[in-house]
Amino acid sequence: MGKVVFKRSEGLSKKEFSYCPGCTHGIIHRLVAEVIEELGIIDKTIGISPVGCSVMNYEFFNCDMQQAAHGRAPAVATGIKRVRPDNIVFSYQGDGDLASIGTAEIIHAAHRSENITVIFVNNAIYGMTGGQMAPTTLIGQKTTTSPYGREEKHAGKPIKMSELLATIPGASFIERVSVHDPAHVRKAKKAIKKAFEVQVEGKGFSLVELISTCPVNWGKTPQDALNWAKENMIPYYPLGNFRTPEEDGKND
Amino acid sequence: MAKVMMKGNEAMALAAIKGGCRAFFGYPITPQSELPEYLARHMHKYGGVFLQAESEVAAINMVYGASGAGARVMTSSSSPGIALKQEGISYIAGAELPAVIINVMRGGPGLGGIQPSQADYKQVTRGGGNGDYYVLAFAPENLQETVNIIKESFDLADLYRNPVMIAVDGLIGQMMEPVDLDVEISKKDLPEKTWATTGTDGKRPPVNVNSLFLDAQDLENHSFKLDKKYKLIKENEQRYEFVNMDNPELVIVAYGTMSRIVRSALEILNNEGIKVGLLRPISIWPFPEKAFNELPDSVKGILTCELSTGQMVDDVKIANDGKLPVGFFGRTGGMVPEPEEIVQAVKDMLRGLK
Repeated sequence: MGKVVFKRSEGLSKKEFSYCPGCTHGIIHRLVAEVIEELGIIDKTIGISPVGCSVMNYEFFNCDMQQAAHGRAPAVATGIKRVRPDNIVFSYQGDGDLASIGTAEIIHAAHRSENITVIFVNNAIYGMTGGQMAPTTLIGQKTTTSPYGREEKHAGKPIKMSELLATIPGASFIERVSVHDPAHVRKAKKAIKKAFEVQVEGKGFSLVELISTCPVNWGKTPQDALNWAKENMIPYYPLGNFRTPEEDGKND
Repeated sequence: MAKVMMKGNEAMALAAIKGGCRAFFGYPITPQSELPEYLARHMHKYGGVFLQAESEVAAINMVYGASGAGARVMTSSSSPGIALKQEGISYIAGAELPAVIINVMRGGPGLGGIQPSQADYKQVTRGGGNGDYYVLAFAPENLQETVNIIKESFDLADLYRNPVMIAVDGLIGQMMEPVDLDVEISKKDLPEKTWATTGTDGKRPPVNVNSLFLDAQDLENHSFKLDKKYKLIKENEQRYEFVNMDNPELVIVAYGTMSRIVRSALEILNNEGIKVGLLRPISIWPFPEKAFNELPDSVKGILTCELSTGQMVDDVKIANDGKLPVGFFGRTGGMVPEPEEIVQAVKDMLRGLK
């Protein structure tokens, strides 16, 4: 009998992912699932599905889930956490969701230091609606609504949500990671685990921003998309920790 | 408990607590702000949650989350705020979650004014948000009736797994009346909330609170299922009151604050020997269509009276089904008529009928 060295995480259901080939949602889902499994909290976790490509992730996580309106996941998470403070609550949001239509909700959830964990997937484009410009789309990046490349004069600079949220006193843990290669995937998992631990310990609002890809809407092969994220997104969206509870007060 | 003198907004807040409400999410807006203020002071004494959200949109989505997690939850607002909440109300209806929503109506459209109005009738009774849905909506006329209905609404919301809206106006919110908060409301046999997200606790498969159906056939099936529920609500929850129905020549249809003014007008008319009745809808969705089949043969016409430009007239015409002439009298924008104005409108209509 051989030893099991790799298996499906208990945090995931049996349902097959419906994502495009090369999309990193699958990796990020797995990391979240492994973390809630390792922390032994699957049974008391309640997740919030967003609007966008990952809208159906309620089918993929092996815990109770609520699906939210576009951008409203932090408000839904707040409602759940306030009436069920002993449960673990996380929202899973894309860049359109969190950095555009839901900016008020995410800023005020951080401001109240809601004891929730936010998984923020930033791939600099609207995926499900067909590749339109996001607030996080890079300067010069072509999308269906910035067909000549994003211009700063027309659409402003890409918004840096982690840096913005780190200025809010209530934000306890903010870190930006990437999943473009195995070494960074491991670092991403560490950050996600830390974010959930912050919640388990009742230390307030935690958010992990993950640099992600969209091979189909970027018009690239999966590998080229990973390379593009590394070479273009990370220089603008630097990886690293912006806030931890241990250094509380640092940014006040 | 003996009757106590209370302000409308505060009585509504206490009624919610007495109805089992243990979570409130809201955002200040005139003329209902004393309601969240009261709950901010008292909710914690009952082990409940009070939170002032950053916006009406956030507040209603907090309601969605808390209700989805099994709590008895409420929000309150006034007309422009209710307009902002419509997105969330549609999601709550779509996901079949119970919630109580109080709308202390003021004049519109847009920012409008802060005086009493009934100009949200269509927003309240037609769903308001996107999709095939309705909210159960009550429009009480005094504080005692309002607190009784609020207490019962938490049961009704759970029973039908549907939002229930209490549509009063600024006058009811702002006035003081003696009220007994402990009137017994018959308890309903409520099913367990097996659909709520409480964590699986390792004892059951995960549940999902959701209004998404990407397959058109699935969504049609869901919409027909909801429609079946709405038909059941229409059958069970049409509520109304008849006043002065002893062979009246004319019947006035009016609800809420307007029906109070109509009552005064009826007295004046009665003293002049003019027999006019009042059909007072208590539920405005479902609209009390059944009541129109009970109108006596003496009735020669119907006068709809509202604090709007005539938003309920369509419902009155549908319920009347072309049988009697339907007239309208209304003031709007926050203007509240004197009883004499209604007396005049009745006389004008009767003259036209002869």
